[in-house]
Amino acid sequence: MVDRRHFIKKTAGGLAALGGLTLLQRSGLAAATGNGQATIPDALPGKEALIKRTYRPPNYETPINYFDAPFTPNNQFFVRYHNAVIPEVKPGEWRLRIGGDAIRTPLEFSLEQLRKDFEHVEIAALCLCSGNRRGAFEPPVPGLQWGSGAMGNALWRGVRLKDVLAGAGIDKSALEVSLAGADSGVLPTTPNFVKSLPLAKALDQNTLIAFEMNGEPLPHWNGFPARLIIPGWTATYWIKHLTALNVISEPFDGFWMKTAYRIPKDRFPGGQFSSQETEMAMPITEILVNSLITNMEDGQTLPNAKAIEIKGVAWDNGNGIAKVEISTDGGGNWQQAALKQDYGRFSWRQWHSVFEPKRPGQYRIMARATSHSGATQPLEPIPNPSGYHHNAVQKITIRLV
Amino acid sequence: MRTLILLLSLFLAATATTAGENRIFLKDRPGKNQVVAQCAMCHSLDYITAHAAILDRAGWEKTVGKMIDSMGAPINDADKQVIIDYLAQNYGK
Repeated sequence: MVDRRHFIKKTAGGLAALGGLTLLQRSGLAAATGNGQATIPDALPGKEALIKRTYRPPNYETPINYFDAPFTPNNQFFVRYHNAVIPEVKPGEWRLRIGGDAIRTPLEFSLEQLRKDFEHVEIAALCLCSGNRRGAFEPPVPGLQWGSGAMGNALWRGVRLKDVLAGAGIDKSALEVSLAGADSGVLPTTPNFVKSLPLAKALDQNTLIAFEMNGEPLPHWNGFPARLIIPGWTATYWIKHLTALNVISEPFDGFWMKTAYRIPKDRFPGGQFSSQETEMAMPITEILVNSLITNMEDGQTLPNAKAIEIKGVAWDNGNGIAKVEISTDGGGNWQQAALKQDYGRFSWRQWHSVFEPKRPGQYRIMARATSHSGATQPLEPIPNPSGYHHNAVQKITIRLV
Repeated sequence: MRTLILLLSLFLAATATTAGENRIFLKDRPGKNQVVAQCAMCHSLDYITAHAAILDRAGWEKTVGKMIDSMGAPINDADKQVIIDYLAQNYGK
């Protein structure tokens, strides 16, 4: 029981900690969202201070100046949960259960078996929250008001989901694979965060059960000891602390498939999930082509110089980035940025460009990526009720003095 | 104030809150006790403050309804109305 004195002490400590905020805000940790909300840096155990959106369940985004590295360090990687009970999984006790009405033999694996019994695969892939940049929608859309940092690029190592499912004997009635993790709601009445994939996506050779991230075990807050990696699809399917996979013959009808994470049908390019589609709506699936300037922010004042570097990242659903164009005059003229090392088609691609301003003053900087599929970013985001898929060309104004 | 501290203490004891979460204070108006007791059972109160500029009364009604119908929050009809009124009046667009 927390007594009154203890509570007051805790509160006083909290107020003292607030004093430190000013300092952190100057260090660039505080980012603004489109809706002008104050942001608070805060560190979860094992993580550096990130931008706190909500404490419980924990939702933290990465400050964009951390995106300078090709792979986002584990202790700077964003955190996103839907439910607040997040058990610390003991690797020796963890089990993955394979079941469902469309398999012949239910299976159970320990972490050790999973590591020993299947071929290891490593893949560089962007993990991108469906609602990244939701805070930039106008008018505002309810939901976590993410800036641009609900994403991270990592090198994931694990085993193929199709190899793990093969031993269970998939029946020809199989339609989807449902995916569940160890986290849950506070109340037994709250639905667990359970998702499903179309069978073909589950059996794709790039769909992994990963136990390593950037050469280390997964951090607790990113799904220890094992999580799903669904390259090219948004992170809603990348279930953390994975515990159960069910191969099923009927569409999974839980809240997180039937009601949440849905987009109007035929409004966005690409992506299919026919068993979950209705006449009007479908689940969000593939990532859209997108880019982000990472070394300057809207409203920033910079010292004028002969040459100013503009850096960033660009990504898509796995076709790969063909080009990134930069405008420094609000979209009148565009010049191609140089693409840096290619780590694979599901990784983001770093780019940089050098801008030679003729005089000090205000400049409107824009970045626009084009995928190998030919898809490019729209000038305005595509409106949708839940604020997903914000991939409009970024427009920022900087002042050179 | 005494009641508030008692309520907050109860809620701190009942849930695994973080130090930062205890810095969130909602506006001290009628209905606050019900809001803290019911909403903070499952989530931190920054979910409320973050939506102040976004949800109008209809939006808060829909959100509270979703918490009850989809998220399984055991909130009775009387409390539901008190909570919606508090949110719309104090954190409404």
